[in-house]
Amino acid sequence: MADKALFEFLTRIGDTTLVLGHRVSEWCGHAPALEEDIALANTALDLIGHTRMWLSRAGEVEGKGRTEDDLAFLREAHEFRNYLLVERPNEDFAVTITRQFLFDAWHRLMLISLQESSDQRVSEIAEKASKEVAYHVERSTDLVVRLGDGTEESHRRMQHAVDILWPYTGELFTDDETDRELSDRGIIPLPSSLEGEWKTHVDGVLSAATLVRPEREYAHKGGKAGVHTEHLGFLLAEMQVTHRAHPGATW
Amino acid sequence: MYAQLVKTDEKRLKSLGEMDPQERAFQGRIDRGEKIEPKEWMPEGYRKTLIRQISQHAHSEIVGQLPEGNWITRAPTLERKAILLAKVQDEAGHGLYLYCAAETLGISRDEMFEQLHSGRAKYSSIFNYPTLSWADIGAIGWLVDGAAIMNQVPLQRCSFGPYSRAMIRICKEESFHQRQGFDIMMKLCKGTEAQQKMAQDALERWWWPSLMMFGPADGDSVHSAQSMAWKIKQDTNDELRQKFVDQTVPQADFLDLKVPDPDLKWNQERGSYDFGEPDWDEFFQVISGNGPCNEERLGARVKAWDDGAWVREGLMAHARKHARRTTLAAAE
Ligand SMILES: [Fe+2]
Ligand SMILES: [Fe+2]
Ligand SMILES: [Fe+2]
Repeated sequence: MADKALFEFLTRIGDTTLVLGHRVSEWCGHAPALEEDIALANTALDLIGHTRMWLSRAGEVEGKGRTEDDLAFLREAHEFRNYLLVERPNEDFAVTITRQFLFDAWHRLMLISLQESSDQRVSEIAEKASKEVAYHVERSTDLVVRLGDGTEESHRRMQHAVDILWPYTGELFTDDETDRELSDRGIIPLPSSLEGEWKTHVDGVLSAATLVRPEREYAHKGGKAGVHTEHLGFLLAEMQVTHRAHPGATW
Repeated sequence: MYAQLVKTDEKRLKSLGEMDPQERAFQGRIDRGEKIEPKEWMPEGYRKTLIRQISQHAHSEIVGQLPEGNWITRAPTLERKAILLAKVQDEAGHGLYLYCAAETLGISRDEMFEQLHSGRAKYSSIFNYPTLSWADIGAIGWLVDGAAIMNQVPLQRCSFGPYSRAMIRICKEESFHQRQGFDIMMKLCKGTEAQQKMAQDALERWWWPSLMMFGPADGDSVHSAQSMAWKIKQDTNDELRQKFVDQTVPQADFLDLKVPDPDLKWNQERGSYDFGEPDWDEFFQVISGNGPCNEERLGARVKAWDDGAWVREGLMAHARKHARRTTLAAAE
């Protein structure tokens, strides 16, 4: 009997790293400085590496013989379970880095907690990914502080980025049936349990960056249940085009 | 090659007797195979030529991110996506080492960017061709990185220390690049009919531009002779092109692909392939800005630079504030 809840969680996290990896890779060759080109490609590469571990495991847990590639390239948008935050378009470097920061701060806490998972494979993958993510947080935190407290223009752009992305952060901390079941089984933490520490970290960084956390408490939701923004369809159309054009081919 | 047309400022090669004592001593060090380091005396022509050569090479690495970056978001599998990301990341890293090597000669990275963006500095003609299918990513790794290796392996022995050391680091990565490209081609050639066609089509479009990477014949050019005397170039363009053809044709045979050159045939006597002449008119058109993608490639780099200005300014402003705060804190 396949473990439906675990499969669901593995696609949530695997799709999230996949979609964010895709977005970050869109920067390739277009970054504001050579060092950033290298760092962004490196971040994308790490995230795609995590995706491969999560989605392969999802395929095994599902038990229908689907591979990482079947899951990445042959599902429709409504079958994707990534958080909405990561499908937000890159816009400018401020939005890209702020999105990365808000996500990294969550990702780090999630992976730390997943290392204690009662599921051995989940805890192993989390441990591998944690090392890279510790570096991602350090980098995005540093950039948020420097650009927030930089010039008037960099400050304005960073504040705008925080304002437009904030409503997409709430979804990271919502609990549903799947979360409660897996948390009861000791496989994952309840997402809501990460919120306090996340806010403390984010608030500290925003204030060092002279940025203000928006008052707005409203949160967009849906990604975890397969209801996405209009952006995901286009992202997947691009990502899946080559694979889908040649059914059954090996590469 | 990545530096295809590097002019020296020399009109003709000086004999040892015509050199002043300092120049003669310098040439002596080069002839003995010593490495020249940035702080040491060097002729102005040597410095300028190296700046041109290394910066052309660096620009090529940077612009080269674009044609391959074009397929990262559409890579057919997650593994291929990861490999391609790693490769493109390496190329940006090569650009970085090379800019650093050039900076030791007294030019800043910003000045070099300015030369690139204004169109005064060149980069390899190869990156002005479009990547139209996934097979182009295979062809680039196989042919373009293959040609780059041909040229860069001898440059590991180049007389200028920082350039030679950069080349040693870079060559290690280039051979991984070539292997991944050949591996892509191999999978395609063993794949479906559509994949095989894609591979053949890519070879047809990339073959001649790859041969042009070595630059036009320079056997009797003063620039080439001077660069060779300085040991910043070891082989003529034609020698490298021949080596490349001799290495690559058997690989194409192995893949069961047809090289698009009716004049290509094995020459038993020379122990080498005879092959046709690339279209040098096309080459000079591409080099002077009229290739199929020149405007897009350079435009993309200029846009990235301009759009990123606020980021660079923001980071510098923060560093200044930080320095001021540290000084104030220290004074208290
Ligand atoms: Fe290269
Ligand atoms: Fe390179
Ligand atoms: Fe390369």
